[in-house]
Amino acid sequence: MCRIGAIKSLDYLHPSQALLLMQSQQKGHDNSGFAMIMHDLGGVFESYKHLPTLSMACTDEGVKLAEDLLHAAGFQRVMQWVPETNPLSGLDIIAMPNYVFETFEYPKQYKHAEQREKEDLLLDIRLKLRALLEENEQGFVYSFWPDVVTLKEIGDPRDIGTYFNLWEADDKFTAKVITAQCRQNTNYDIVRYAAHPFFMQGYTALANGENTFYLKNVEFQRKLHRGYIGFESDSQCFLYTLHYVHRELGWPLKYYKHVMTPLPFDEISGRDDEQQLLAIRQSLAHLEINGPNTIIGVLPDNSMFTCCDAKKLRPVVLGRDERMVVLSSEVCGINEILPDRNWEDDIYPHEREIVAINNDLEVQRWRQ
Amino acid sequence: MEAMKVQNVTPNDLYWKVRYDASRCTLCGSCVATCSFRAIEAKVERRRMVFSESEFPEPKQRFSAVPVIMQVRSIKNYCRGCGSCEKVCPNDAIRPERNPDTRHPVVTRCLGGDSIKRGGRKNLEATSRTLDRIRVGRISQMTDPSLDAQRHTFDLLAPFGRILPPKKLPFSLDDLGQLKTDALTPPVRWIYPVIIGDMSIGALSWRMWEAVAMATAYLNEVCGIPVRMCSGEGGVPVRLLKSRYLKYMILQIASGHFGWNRIVKAMPHMVEDPAGILIKIGQGAKPGDGGLLQANKVAEHIQAIRGVPKADLLSPPNHQGLYSIEESVQKMFLSFNAAFKFRVPVAIKVAASATSVSVYNNLVRDPYNIVGGLFLDGIDGGTGAAHEVSLDHTGHPIVSKLRDCYLAATAQGRQGQIPLWAAGGLGKTGDLAADAFKMIALGANGVFTGKLILQMAGCVGNDQGRCNACNTGLCPVGITTQEPALVHRLDPERVAQNIVNYFLAMDQEFKKLMAPIGNSSLPVGRSDALVATDKGVADKLQIQYVC
Ligand code: SF4
Ligand code: SF4
Repeated sequence: MCRIGAIKSLDYLHPSQALLLMQSQQKGHDNSGFAMIMHDLGGVFESYKHLPTLSMACTDEGVKLAEDLLHAAGFQRVMQWVPETNPLSGLDIIAMPNYVFETFEYPKQYKHAEQREKEDLLLDIRLKLRALLEENEQGFVYSFWPDVVTLKEIGDPRDIGTYFNLWEADDKFTAKVITAQCRQNTNYDIVRYAAHPFFMQGYTALANGENTFYLKNVEFQRKLHRGYIGFESDSQCFLYTLHYVHRELGWPLKYYKHVMTPLPFDEISGRDDEQQLLAIRQSLAHLEINGPNTIIGVLPDNSMFTCCDAKKLRPVVLGRDERMVVLSSEVCGINEILPDRNWEDDIYPHEREIVAINNDLEVQRWRQ
Repeated sequence: MEAMKVQNVTPNDLYWKVRYDASRCTLCGSCVATCSFRAIEAKVERRRMVFSESEFPEPKQRFSAVPVIMQVRSIKNYCRGCGSCEKVCPNDAIRPERNPDTRHPVVTRCLGGDSIKRGGRKNLEATSRTLDRIRVGRISQMTDPSLDAQRHTFDLLAPFGRILPPKKLPFSLDDLGQLKTDALTPPVRWIYPVIIGDMSIGALSWRMWEAVAMATAYLNEVCGIPVRMCSGEGGVPVRLLKSRYLKYMILQIASGHFGWNRIVKAMPHMVEDPAGILIKIGQGAKPGDGGLLQANKVAEHIQAIRGVPKADLLSPPNHQGLYSIEESVQKMFLSFNAAFKFRVPVAIKVAASATSVSVYNNLVRDPYNIVGGLFLDGIDGGTGAAHEVSLDHTGHPIVSKLRDCYLAATAQGRQGQIPLWAAGGLGKTGDLAADAFKMIALGANGVFTGKLILQMAGCVGNDQGRCNACNTGLCPVGITTQEPALVHRLDPERVAQNIVNYFLAMDQEFKKLMAPIGNSSLPVGRSDALVATDKGVADKLQIQYVC
């Protein structure tokens, strides 16, 4: 089973906090990998918030291929950050030769482009990069987006932490939102792309669970958007549905829950929004999920949320203090990084709500 | 000694031989009175008895005339194996026995010079069915727990009506961040995934039709199971048209337009909209053929409801004036949508065919958003009357065709937008829940069933040539006849009760199928839940092969 965790803080945090959060839950996962996505970056990235940062792991040839493609598309590199690695012998990590975190200036012709246009460009470039590096396995492109970095690796999370020096906090590599997960997807082949969290155009999603409507979701999503590809994990469907509902359809987040785990017909009937909920259930029937799940998501505005399957078959808990909100599969993870919080403020979300955390760390519970 | 006359018909030429035990018979006459086909009659046999009264053989003989029951040797009044005689005989003295050496198909054609007609389903194959080579093989265990069929809630509903693509939903946001609907959307009814198939009030006896309507109302109003019943082509009694129960009826229009005169006249008096309209283009049991109601079934009330004289009622094989799919969409759909002011979903029923995918692809485009469903009917579907050659040899199996249509929609990202309903031999083995569930996992939104409903009511016909005399008007159990004496054999309340009970059982069985795969709503298109024990079936349907 997966364990997932997420931190949203008013202050910039180092990923060591995410490692700590996941460390104490290790009995619940199989220590087969570590993956995280950071939003709202501090440290070396803080002054480049408006410019896209590329996160990828690749071979030397992969670096060259990617840089050539970006260059040809008119992107100019303005910053590069290479994590210092500790390739100690005996570490359980299947490392790639290069980890690239590079920030780029947009092509000149996009100087006055609309925001949406730029966002579509970034997606298309990422898809092109991915396709390019997929040939001969030259590398993995995780995200190409402003104010976001992604790191995913196969191995023991502790060793991955050691390899990337993530155990020692510093103020160079920090963020206000960090989501993390410590297990490779075991239902399918071990591929780096199959590790949560998943990212697309500002949206991040990670999940603990299984999606038994995976096939229905995939068959429908494949035709919904050019960016809905891969499907290495059944949980990618959660991200794509989030992206589709919130960005493509432009519906408020609360409708995500109505799409994923619609209310039973009995409960829909007689509600003020009956007409809309029925229409949603009809038109998006193939995005419904089934099976046990807990989902954590981050939106492009860096707000965060969590919700569960309709039967609440997977755990999640929210703990908080004045400066930080932590979501975690198990409460022991929260105890680790917020030992002094008032645990009476902890929230155990139920199956019919979305718990949303805005940028002032205000926690809202929306009943479906 | 009598000379043998080769051409004379004997029981050995017929499908069934009547076995009669004179020693048990009390000559009550019940069997003869019961046999609606007049396949047995009372006769007198001449018997000779040889005996001796002395110590040494001194043979004497005695002749006597003995009344007996005999099978009629005729291709007109032949035994159908219905077993009614056996049912009424107090002494177990008579029963039909299947004759594996029958020459009936040859003899009937030779003597009659006409094509054979009958009711029922395809009788050709004794091989196992495609659906029986499929199992629900993906069981939720461990991390993805099964559900509890008794305790959890399950959403067992299917859409009937045109479903808009998500980006076409006329939504906008109000000040509170709530979605609101800015324009009319096509009507969609969420109903039980099993529709009681289209059997007309002429094909069925009035008692049977009434029983089905009664069961439908009871299932809806008392059991809370929103089952819909399709009228079949042949109209609806005016009283029902003007009643609130109309909301449970799907009105059918077929090429003969029978009954629509009355329906149209009743429209201003309707207090409820019908559940839907089904335009029947074709039927799986006899594709390419129109409806057929033989004159002997056109009783007075049928003449009134349909507005016709007593004569053979043949619906043309085509809707007059429909030459293309576009036309059918425009003309039929638009007019019926408009007739009920776009409040009632309108769907179309066709016989499954090698070309069904093209038909579906055309419908799926539906620029006017008026196509509320495609009903696909496979070769194993039943009928009240058809030529045997059509029944046995024309048509297309439903399973792969339904799957083809679903995959065609999936390839365009339009699955679910024109709901797919499938039929044709589903529930043939008596277990409709399993068949329906497998069809749903292959992509059907729901199924419809007719013949099985008759079997619930007491129909003794089967797919091995038993009875299937629905076309004759002599149905021995009063289901497909208008003969008052026969109709009175049927107790409508008991029939309704059987149908209700069957649906209640099926409802539980659906849950028992959904629970182990961990799904609380219908797994439409979830083909990963299925496995096939036959490689050809697995490949064709794109599901996992197992052995
Ligand atoms: S089985 Fe039916 S058809 Fe045959 S003799 Fe008996 S009652 Fe008549
Ligand atoms: S019992 Fe009646 S309905 Fe059934 S096959 Fe015979 S004639 Fe047809």
